Amino acid sequence: MRAAADFITETDADGRAALVLTGPLTVSALGSIDRRLRALDGPFAAIDLARASRIDTVGAWTAWSLSQRFAAPITGASPEAERLIGAIRAVDDNTAPVEPLRLPVYLRVPEHVGLVVSGLGQGMLFVLGFLGQIVLASGVLLRHPGRFRLRALVHQMELMGVNALAIIGLMSFLVGIVIAQQGAVQLRQFGAEIYTVNLVGRLSLRELGILMTAIMVAGRSGSAFAAQLGTMKLTEEIDAMRTIGVSPIEALVIPRLLATMLMMPLLGIYSAAIGIIGGAALSALTLGIPFFTFLARIQEVVPLHDVWVGLIKGPVFGLIVATSGCYQGLQVRSNAEEVGTRTTAAVVMAIFMVIVLDAFFAVFFSEIGWG
Amino acid sequence: MTESDGLLTACAVPPPPGSEADLFPIRVRGLKNAFGPHVVHENLDLDVRRGEILGVVGGSGTGKSVLMRAIIGLQIPEEGTIEVLGSPITDARDDDDIDIRCRWGILFQGGALFSTLTVAENVEVPLREFYPEITDELRHEIARYKVLLSGLPAEATSKYPSELSGGMRKRAGLARALALDPELLFLDEPTAGLDPIGAAGFDQLIRSLQQTLGLTVFLITHDLDTLYEICDRVAVLADKRVIAVGTIPELIATDHPWIKSYFNGPRGRAAMAAAERNGALGTSGDQA
Repeated sequence: MRAAADFITETDADGRAALVLTGPLTVSALGSIDRRLRALDGPFAAIDLARASRIDTVGAWTAWSLSQRFAAPITGASPEAERLIGAIRAVDDNTAPVEPLRLPVYLRVPEHVGLVVSGLGQGMLFVLGFLGQIVLASGVLLRHPGRFRLRALVHQMELMGVNALAIIGLMSFLVGIVIAQQGAVQLRQFGAEIYTVNLVGRLSLRELGILMTAIMVAGRSGSAFAAQLGTMKLTEEIDAMRTIGVSPIEALVIPRLLATMLMMPLLGIYSAAIGIIGGAALSALTLGIPFFTFLARIQEVVPLHDVWVGLIKGPVFGLIVATSGCYQGLQVRSNAEEVGTRTTAAVVMAIFMVIVLDAFFAVFFSEIGWG
Repeated sequence: MTESDGLLTACAVPPPPGSEADLFPIRVRGLKNAFGPHVVHENLDLDVRRGEILGVVGGSGTGKSVLMRAIIGLQIPEEGTIEVLGSPITDARDDDDIDIRCRWGILFQGGALFSTLTVAENVEVPLREFYPEITDELRHEIARYKVLLSGLPAEATSKYPSELSGGMRKRAGLARALALDPELLFLDEPTAGLDPIGAAGFDQLIRSLQQTLGLTVFLITHDLDTLYEICDRVAVLADKRVIAVGTIPELIATDHPWIKSYFNGPRGRAAMAAAERNGALGTSGDQA
């Protein structure tokens, strides 16, 4: 049996009780007797450490707080114990621990709601201010085109555009297959399987290509923007830029924004094309429509304005994704956890706004006769 | 003190007194560290004696921090053996094999406090991890007096790291390093970035804690005042290994050019003059 910390009470000839701590008084052994020590009732005339085999600061703290509680002197302490208790005595200022202020629940709930509401209002103002900063910085760049960072723009276009080709292509191909397959199952009931071509072509070019791309870019690049800028904010890189005279909006936000706005329509059209190829491949395999007949038919049934619808939505969605990423990143203030929550907020805000605007665009374009 | 106090923990049993592992808590033999083709250490030997403050110096890029990371198991060396408190670090297959982590404390250069926790919660993390049986009440008390021992005011316990100054963050990091009453303390440039008064205060704090708690301290520093004031011995890293270990007078007596220029440069001479005024050289010099 290994030694464990314990305690006993001893009464001497005069009837005075002493609390005797035994065994190793160390952090690894004291946890098991602390509860019992706290339940003890005094009075004790002394706290005796003569039978303690080892002691560390936790043991010293326990002995010191017991001696404070029972107003009893510590006896039998080894020189080591004396030294440790001395160090504790020197720093313990006997003040009660500072408890953080905790309001009752009927005050906390309204307070929290109020904070959320005022936070929302303030957030709107901040977004507006951020957009204003972007407009101002764009104005400056238009007057001094030499300050425009072309290399940063190209680098961002590669990161968010070219590097996304594989994943967006794969996703669009599969979505094209699913639409063609599901569409064919329904249309077969009318014997109108040939309309699968219309379904795949128009849906890909008008809606799905650009919408899926926007969602993928929000998850891939919007989150990256928020995390990058947030971390730069934490490591004071952005403050450093400001002091050197480099505007973070000009150097960091504008290239990301422009890269996303330029690449989004291209990625959207690319996604639609791959989706159509996916639909054509499935039709060739299961519906008996030859691959190239499918593609030729696309040109006949898809009106040109469907392509324009996709192309017009592209830069708008790109603007939303990049702005929310950069805005949330620059809002990081204090710690690593905030980088995480801000990144999540960037993606959620971007996807939500994209879908809301997409609904708006759908109504708008059919109203102007591009149905 | 041969009995073990490790009733409820997975902590390694201390080595028997008088054994090699007891006399030398850190033993490094034939260490080689490399990042790809870039070799940082080659054939490096180092012994740290129990109860001493060993200062580690060296030019920038000589791998002082890499050496510390290798000793605490964060950097896997290419060759060589490292023994800490009698346990082999280099043979450990994964982190769980290093069961002496409750017997050392580490202060990283920037403090490395968990930014989402308050100072007191930071100190409680290792306690909670290694000794879950400790009651919340006792754990709060331990965290509180550790923070006070590290020279922070009681109000600091409920603050977040981002609300503290650089010096206070280092003290909070020290409080967390001391949370488990370790035998070994690793300090990576503890006084870097502190003002001279704060740095001198931190030096004294390390010295007094080392004496009170009987710590063995492995201290990386660039601060010549720290070396003169509190280090028992100094190890010099150069040419990919430890070229000399000894007290400062012993080191000055060697004729290695780097050591000469280090201690005899203008800053070295100023620090020595200050140390002589304070009489620190006579008292903290190593006897062996």
